[in-house]
Amino acid sequence: MKKLMLGNEAFARGLYEGGCKVASSYPGTPSTEVTEEVAKYDEIYSEWAPNEKVALEVALGASIAGARAFCGMKHVGLNVAADPLYTAGYTGVNGGLVICVADDPGMHSSQNEQDSRHHAIASKVLMLEPSDSDEVKEFVKQGFELSEKFDTPVIVRMTTRVAHSQSAVELCERQGDELKAYEKNAAKYVTLPANARKLHVTVEERLEKAAQYGNDCPFNKVEINEGAQFGVITSGIAYQYSREALGDKASYLKLGLVNPLPVDIIRDFAEKYETVYVIEELDDIIETHCRKNGIKVIGKEIFSKIGELSQTIIAEKILGKTPEFDTFSEPVPVRPPVMCAGCPHRGLFYCLSKLKVTVTGDIGCYTLGAAAPLSAMDTTICMGASISALHGFNKARGEESERKSVAVIGDSTFMHSGMTGLVNIAYNDSNSTVIILDNSITGMTGHQQNPTTGKNLKGDPAYAVNLEALCHALGINRVRVVDPYNMKECEEAIKEELAADEASVIISRRPCALLKYVQHKPALKVNEDKCVGCKMCLKIGCPALSVHNGKAVIDATQCVGCGICTDMCKLGAIGE
Amino acid sequence: METKSIMIVGVGGQGSLLASRLIGNVLLSQGFDVKVSEVHGMSQRGGSVVTYVKYGDKVYSPVIEKGEADIIISFEALEAARWVSYLKKGGHIVTSTQQLDPMPVIQGVMQYPEDVIGKMKAQGIDVLSCDALSLALSVGNAKASNVVLMGLVSTKMGFEDKYWQQALESCVPPKFLELNKKAFELGKNA
Repeated sequence: MKKLMLGNEAFARGLYEGGCKVASSYPGTPSTEVTEEVAKYDEIYSEWAPNEKVALEVALGASIAGARAFCGMKHVGLNVAADPLYTAGYTGVNGGLVICVADDPGMHSSQNEQDSRHHAIASKVLMLEPSDSDEVKEFVKQGFELSEKFDTPVIVRMTTRVAHSQSAVELCERQGDELKAYEKNAAKYVTLPANARKLHVTVEERLEKAAQYGNDCPFNKVEINEGAQFGVITSGIAYQYSREALGDKASYLKLGLVNPLPVDIIRDFAEKYETVYVIEELDDIIETHCRKNGIKVIGKEIFSKIGELSQTIIAEKILGKTPEFDTFSEPVPVRPPVMCAGCPHRGLFYCLSKLKVTVTGDIGCYTLGAAAPLSAMDTTICMGASISALHGFNKARGEESERKSVAVIGDSTFMHSGMTGLVNIAYNDSNSTVIILDNSITGMTGHQQNPTTGKNLKGDPAYAVNLEALCHALGINRVRVVDPYNMKECEEAIKEELAADEASVIISRRPCALLKYVQHKPALKVNEDKCVGCKMCLKIGCPALSVHNGKAVIDATQCVGCGICTDMCKLGAIGE
Repeated sequence: METKSIMIVGVGGQGSLLASRLIGNVLLSQGFDVKVSEVHGMSQRGGSVVTYVKYGDKVYSPVIEKGEADIIISFEALEAARWVSYLKKGGHIVTSTQQLDPMPVIQGVMQYPEDVIGKMKAQGIDVLSCDALSLALSVGNAKASNVVLMGLVSTKMGFEDKYWQQALESCVPPKFLELNKKAFELGKNA
């Protein structure tokens, strides 16, 4: 039976069919749906972990215990999980261990454009790269076999276009889910220096063997076209772009096992053609490998390391073809993402903007607070950095900074890696003010549960971390809760905590307006007799509010009656 | 058959997911190789969103590039204009007349162009439009405007009506089926 499946859904299907028993992940676009789909299979134990490092350690533990295991994350998540990954490369596995890392070329929803293949090279583990949903499923299943054959974790690298494209997938039965025997083996799993030195030798031997295997394996395919004028070495989604742009004009070497890279199959292919292009998205990894082995190729001298590739770019660079198209006769205003109507972050960010404080920000929906008209963010670096960077900022600039700077961080991000930064503030005595934006869900990635929400991945009741108690326990005496729909209360709290002579935490608490259980009020109305068109209400940047013909207008299909604009209007022109 | 390309564009939250599922379903019923591609995450938050649907004997790239779309389906007038450059020469735009101000317009930094649809037609583009929101409201649910547009676009795609009906039956929950079937009819005859 064939089914149209998202790449991420096919990944989950591959885990199911491949006999996966334990899955632990942290959400992150474009990887999130893999684990959400896994949760639909009752044969697999699945969970959201508080962060990627924990998730990978859980999966590795399950693997050592003898189960086929999985851990999923986005590219930057692998940086967080790098510590266990690099040593898992040494210990190897018992049950197969497959890791999903989803890169985001073009940065559709990410803070950087890193190429995760570097992590596979540096951690010396195997990496597979599929190019459509059917391959995703097959590579994941065979990834378990490879993992057990070579005794190593196997990373399956996804990119946005593979993760978020649907194509036909052939469904098969589940197999290979027997728990393997566990035997204590300290020489393998206890990485004391004496053991690790021996393990490193094994790692290098394994890489040699895997590179040899790459010369004749089902993942690397040669596609010769009669009369082809040149050769193309490619992998992943770049294969699909290349095939569409160049068709039968080229022959292809499609690499599915991208770490370690083979030599002989590449050399044999390259020798057939006068001109050989390497077409790969982001960095020049295959190209560098070719050059290192004396294989002459053309790569990044014509293709960029920045952004996504496409059939158009490839046709233009290789065939000199440029597309023909019309454009609209006038400038089209941009439509950037914005905080939704009724977003609980809006009122809090308006207060920060009004008080002109320095704001170290973090990763989540609230990063949109950086956009005009709120423009209330100074930094966004990585998960958890808001709190630790504020501490550093305040240590550098002293009391003057402590009185006018805050960190903002979401509930899920706080649990991910904000807690340790808060401990640092308490331990190293900085008078910093941290605001936890608790909207009771992981918002930006599409509503995933986290340790504060009281539900687990499957939606079943779970232990809910009490943020107030946690902050107290971490060493913060001043902890208070405000309602971000009440701007007066928020403003007072921020002023008081900035003025206080010790560190403090403000928890701005209200559930995301898009959560199904949140009751909305009727759309608000503008009293046109009172409205003078002063545009004061527009300062909160609500997408449901605009001014037409000198009067404020509320889009009733978007407005959820949060009342922030009512408080903005000094003339009382907006109400129920 | 040469690969055909359809883009579905709009504002995050307007319901392009159901639209792409319906079209994908109809295309699968015709035995085509199909790829449907969308971007999730940050761009969903009220930003400009786009879904690519490609079908034919064998589809490689899931992405549609400038000058490649046979049909652009738009839930919002300005979004149709934004993606004009992606239309193939001789392609069709099927759009709702609904207008949603983007933040730069709300803030008064930029103007929403006047008579967007008229101007596209004046450029020689084949534009088919209807007030999908009002039609959807007339059957009782603003959210059905995506299905109204599907009805309208079905007149340009040349597949028998029964395949669209089957797609509706398999993609829409039973309690909303009748409402959506009415919405589809209204779009088809708009």
